[in-house]
Amino acid sequence: MSAETAEHDDHHDHGPAKGLLRWIITTNHKDIGTLYLVFALVMFFVGGLMALIIRTELFEPGMQFIEPQFFNSMTTMHALVMIFGAVMPGFVGFANWMIPMMIGAPDMALPRMNNMSFWMLVAGFVLLISTLFMEGGAPAAGWTMYPPLVLQTGNALPFAIFSIHLMGISSIMGSINIISTIFNMRAPAMTLMKMPLFVWTWLITAFLLIAIMPVFAGAVTMLLTDRFFDTSFFDAAGGGDPVLYQHIFWFFGHPEVYVLILPTFGIASTIIPVFARKPLFGYASMVYATAAIAFLSFIVWAHHMFLVGMPLAGELYFMYATMVIAVPTAVKIFNWTATMWKGAMTFETPMLFSIAFVVLFTIGGFTGLMMSLAPVDFQYHDTYFIVAHFHYTLVPAAIFMLMAGGYFWLPKWTGNMYDERLGKLHFWLSAISVNILFFPQHFLGLAGMPRRIPDYAVQFTDWNMISSIGAFIYGFSQLLFVYIVYKTIKGTDCEKATDEVWEDASKHGLEWTIASPAPYHTFLTPPEKIPTEHY
Amino acid sequence: MKKTKQLIAALSLLLSGIGSAQADYTLNLMKGVTRISNEVYDMHMIALWICVAVGVVVFGTMFYSIYYHRKSMGHEAEQFHENTTVEIIWTIIPTIILVVMAIPATKAMIDMDDTSEAEMTIKVTGWQWKWEYEYLDEDIHFFSSLDEESNRARQIGSGIDPTSVPHYLLNVDNPVVIPVHTKIRFLFTAADVIHAWWVPDLGWKKDTVPGFINESWTEVDVPGTYRGQCAELCGQDHGFMPIVVIAMEKADYAVWVEEQKALALAEQSAAQKEWSKEELIAKGETVYANNCASCHMADGAGMAGVFPAISGSPIVIGDIDAQVDLMMKGQGMMPAFGQMLSPVDFASVTTFIRNGLGNAVGDSIQPSVIQKQQSTLAAVEDDE
Repeated sequence: MSAETAEHDDHHDHGPAKGLLRWIITTNHKDIGTLYLVFALVMFFVGGLMALIIRTELFEPGMQFIEPQFFNSMTTMHALVMIFGAVMPGFVGFANWMIPMMIGAPDMALPRMNNMSFWMLVAGFVLLISTLFMEGGAPAAGWTMYPPLVLQTGNALPFAIFSIHLMGISSIMGSINIISTIFNMRAPAMTLMKMPLFVWTWLITAFLLIAIMPVFAGAVTMLLTDRFFDTSFFDAAGGGDPVLYQHIFWFFGHPEVYVLILPTFGIASTIIPVFARKPLFGYASMVYATAAIAFLSFIVWAHHMFLVGMPLAGELYFMYATMVIAVPTAVKIFNWTATMWKGAMTFETPMLFSIAFVVLFTIGGFTGLMMSLAPVDFQYHDTYFIVAHFHYTLVPAAIFMLMAGGYFWLPKWTGNMYDERLGKLHFWLSAISVNILFFPQHFLGLAGMPRRIPDYAVQFTDWNMISSIGAFIYGFSQLLFVYIVYKTIKGTDCEKATDEVWEDASKHGLEWTIASPAPYHTFLTPPEKIPTEHY
Repeated sequence: MKKTKQLIAALSLLLSGIGSAQADYTLNLMKGVTRISNEVYDMHMIALWICVAVGVVVFGTMFYSIYYHRKSMGHEAEQFHENTTVEIIWTIIPTIILVVMAIPATKAMIDMDDTSEAEMTIKVTGWQWKWEYEYLDEDIHFFSSLDEESNRARQIGSGIDPTSVPHYLLNVDNPVVIPVHTKIRFLFTAADVIHAWWVPDLGWKKDTVPGFINESWTEVDVPGTYRGQCAELCGQDHGFMPIVVIAMEKADYAVWVEEQKALALAEQSAAQKEWSKEELIAKGETVYANNCASCHMADGAGMAGVFPAISGSPIVIGDIDAQVDLMMKGQGMMPAFGQMLSPVDFASVTTFIRNGLGNAVGDSIQPSVIQKQQSTLAAVEDDE
């Protein structure tokens, strides 16, 4: 009996369980990180397929392929899948893999909860995707789910709401895990102001998530009771107010967009110094700017609602508060530029994606600043101009940095270098096509094309065609990424990665001081010294 | 063949970056035809040029650095990582730029908010998927929906080329007519879900929220026809509820007002007249196409699981009073047509679906009967 126990412990300490069960019961931060990343990649293609259905219908005027109601389902599901299924789990995957390795911890603080939060996310998405096959179709009222329209959803409504509850619980558990890991498990030398920026941005993001996910859960629960239990939270006839929902939703929704972008900032701040061979410029101001952006994100929500009929004072307040966000954001852009300045730069794929991120995210920031001007937003609001704006801040920002992080850390994870030539090809195809896809949408919006319409007036044809062509090039070039990742994991005819992977990277982060591929358990004893270049 | 040509045209446009296959496309915001819309346009341009200038400086610096500070050029990395003076400067400069932008924006916002001293008021109600207009000072009242030609062309497999339809998706049956050089106040509300009323040439849009009233105003300087669309997702036909505003000289507008009043009188007497079943069916066919076909389909087959079929429907072939009652008050996604259709349209479409689309009940209902029911319904609602 005792021999058996000893053997069991032995097994537990040294390696993963065998076979499929390894992935289901795993509590290892690296395994769970991989699960999250694979899930995110799958969802990226599911959401991408929906985007291509949208762009196919919009290729030319007239209705060719799908019914308007299904078109609306596609726009709604595309957003939900991309936000909650691709981008957020992608960053959680990175957090799981990298945070313990960056702060010198052996694992996440709450490994079993870590497993549970992943599988709840999967359950949530099984529910959400299943709505596509329900009577009345998938939710079609937009990812914002404004009442009263969303209350017209068929059988899918309670399923969609429950799936949001599951995703929310999963996010909150993940956030608690990240916060307790960062606060309790850092190597002794790793004081807060010496943490890598990726860890800092995730710490702040996790607090945002804990603050907002319950708000979102509350909002959708009120939708549920309005629909099934005769409450009137959002029905004027019963003393409610449809606009109340929008206030609650955007109190969640605006910080939510920073949940998508803050880890992006963190990855860029990690990658750029390595390839500029310089310390990050303005580490402290980066930390403060991130915190400032997070704080401001809670007090600007109604700039999504300039048209709902707010009083003048409200319009002006939300305009000024929103404009203020430009300052910390500008500081970040300047810091990245100053990090590159007088460096000794090389342009491997992660660096290329990071530079494209800085440039294209700035363009998204510019349009954001333009839209903060309330009277001008009266024109921009709900047009393709805003579609272009938020896709610039999400695709060549969040998605590009997920790709960049993939290329950057993959050699550490697998012990193999990816194919640099294919990586660069993937970058150039993505960077060019993403602009063909989204830049013309600025013109469409300014010229008067509303968003979320399945068909349009003929003067919008040219730019829609170009946008659709860009969408197909962009969409299909992402298959290249899958191939590159597959090839790297397989490792046949790949160069072996060194422990440092990138030149002098071990000066920039603890993760580059351990072996490649990273052993199943790392930092079982905390490191005594930490690198000094990143702060 | 045509598609190939369009594709080639789009590709060549893409490669050249300029020029166009379609002459009337635009790249920029329209200046519009009101003082406000011009202010908005100017502010948009100022913001755009500020962004361009900042972009040139930031991207210029970055690309200079990318070119000259490369390892392959033999550049050695310097190790500086902070500079308080620089950091203070680049925090203050954006702040100043923002203040400069905020001043005109505040002025415009205050101006847009001021609906006082309006000379007339139009109440706009958003419906799934049409607009209702009430001229509160003139007793003019009508609904405005997508024009028939666009509506036919936009059905899947219609075979009609959208480019052959004048103002495809931007044309309506009954446009809103307003006088120029008159400050007009708009009141916005909705009957079912939230919509947004947007005519770009007026310089703004506004949400129409069921149960609440929003205000806006405009004063158009130039006579002309201005087109827009619903801008807030409002269900399946969100893309098919355009807005057309015709601004007329004041004298022409007065003539139009008289015409509308005459039309209203004619409609009154039409409702009183005895209609034959054939007349009702003939008229009902058009009413059906414009009001019912987008959900229940042109052939009355409906859409499985979402919109019930008309053909063989137990409600349609059952008791006529029950059917009329349901159509009057609406149910679920079906709007309350009692408030939307004139007595003649209501009676004719009721008669049409009972005797067409594969149904053959054989009975009919008179507009006068409908009119009586509509006024009872209105009285009940007023009580509530």
